[in-house]
Amino acid sequence: MTIWKYGDNVNTDMLFPGKYTYTCSTPDEIKPHLLEDLDPLFAKNVREGDLIIAGKNFGCGSSREQPVLGLKAVGIAAVIAESFARIFYRSSINQGLLLIECPEAVKAYKKGDPVSLDVANGTVTVGSDTFSFPKLPKEILAICDAGGLLPYTRLRLQQKKKR
Amino acid sequence: MNMTFAEKILARYGGEKHVQPGQIVTVQPDHLLMHDNAAPIISKIQPELKQYGIFSKKLPVIVLDHVIPAAAEKNAAQHKQIREFVKTYNMPYFFDVGYGVCHQIIIEKGFALPGMLLLGSDSHTCSYGAVGAFSSGIDRTEAAALLLTGETWLKVPQSIKITLQKKLPRFVTAKDVILTIIGDVSASGADYCSVEFHGAIAQFSVDERFTMANMGVEMGAKNAMFPVDEVTQQYLRSIGVAKTKFKPVHPDPDATYHKEVTYDLSQLEPVVAVPHSVDNVKPVSEVEGIEIQQCLLGTCTNGRVSDFQVAAKILKGKKIHPNVRFLLLPASRAVYLEAEQKGYLKALVEAGGTMLPPGCGPCLGAHQGALAPGERCLSTSNRNFKGRMGCKDAEIYLASPVTVAVSALHGRITDPRRGMN
Repeated sequence: MTIWKYGDNVNTDMLFPGKYTYTCSTPDEIKPHLLEDLDPLFAKNVREGDLIIAGKNFGCGSSREQPVLGLKAVGIAAVIAESFARIFYRSSINQGLLLIECPEAVKAYKKGDPVSLDVANGTVTVGSDTFSFPKLPKEILAICDAGGLLPYTRLRLQQKKKR
Repeated sequence: MNMTFAEKILARYGGEKHVQPGQIVTVQPDHLLMHDNAAPIISKIQPELKQYGIFSKKLPVIVLDHVIPAAAEKNAAQHKQIREFVKTYNMPYFFDVGYGVCHQIIIEKGFALPGMLLLGSDSHTCSYGAVGAFSSGIDRTEAAALLLTGETWLKVPQSIKITLQKKLPRFVTAKDVILTIIGDVSASGADYCSVEFHGAIAQFSVDERFTMANMGVEMGAKNAMFPVDEVTQQYLRSIGVAKTKFKPVHPDPDATYHKEVTYDLSQLEPVVAVPHSVDNVKPVSEVEGIEIQQCLLGTCTNGRVSDFQVAAKILKGKKIHPNVRFLLLPASRAVYLEAEQKGYLKALVEAGGTMLPPGCGPCLGAHQGALAPGERCLSTSNRNFKGRMGCKDAEIYLASPVTVAVSALHGRITDPRRGMN
């Protein structure tokens, strides 16, 4: 597993350049351009199960959802950041990409430290230290449990019809 | 009742008497904005659309603006798909290529009114706080879900109160105010928060409030708003909206704010956001002399008649610097026509400007006016992220229409207070 470490304010143009926004929309079209202008090695070397650790305001900028779709498609297990920009945060809930807001864990991380997650108990372990992160509210967990917003919406529409 | 604007409006739409920050409410927005990015999602929800139909044909406002006219077959196919979708469901609020930028259309056509709640699959949806609406950006998947169900969840945000005092000096504009604020609070300083502008706001027209609310997202805000006053009322009358059509929401005087800041506007100066982040703000005097190859006047941030008016006033009868490509991007067809009738476009084109069709143009780097490696653009738009105008080795500087027009004349970033003397 590789841990990709980035700084503050990783914006949506860094995650997925705007010039491709209206020509690439499927995961296969998105993948080669992920983080293209920030870290050209990322798209080449990222593997399923990798983690991203970043600073403040990860995902700021555009509402484009290619960054989230792309990170999900290449198998990023979670993005652990000091904080996230809100549209990106919402979009990740909608697409089922796991985001963990845990500034303590980000600050504790040094290159080479092993990092592991216990999502059920809401903890992240960096080296020998374990940090807890807040659980999502029940309304949002319901979307995550359904596998994202579209499956959740389908469920709700079916339930409404039955009633 | 000690509630902020966001708390009051989310209580109203969430069917609650009182709400507090962190609480989650389910809301039905008055309108849902979508643009070119609607295309990929329409295909994804075809089976549900066929089975359940759309929630309300009057919910979506769809504007083609991001890549118009289509730059390539793929864009053309997306536009076609959206037109067919609009036709199939007989949706009345569709604005095809040439009407303008979605946010301008929403305000200009009166889709956003005081006290309303709007969501849109574009980050600059926060603009509608200019007329006292609560508006916020979402992704396109959520827009698709809203098409089907008409509702979604929102977390009640904490609020930040920004009080503006005294008058702005000459050559310092609303754009300088918002850039200064973003520079101070940082790109994450208002993350998840609702931003309210108070104080001496009567000096700002709706156009100027639009510029400031539009950039709320550049400090992470969920929404940004100006309380409704006589300026708002007069604007709404001018676009033919009767007073009976809306119910403004005013924050309570005893509301609790997460943070309060005050600005003495008389002390502000023209500023520039330098590469590659919007909060990297410097007084223009500190970056004077930097050579520029492109200037962009327009976009949803600064593409209104008043913006073209100030630029035309500066450039009338003059010629821009030969090394500069000066791109003119009106925010809508209505702006284009009015600026044309008033002679502003003639003055700007005669000075050496190039007209682009009303839309997003070069702002997001998908077409029109892309930059080459090593080039610099001074722009009135809202983002200067690396690669934003199509090239990661180019630089984007953000400034007011005044600073952009004066700098176009000199071919270098120029302090308008000096460049005009």
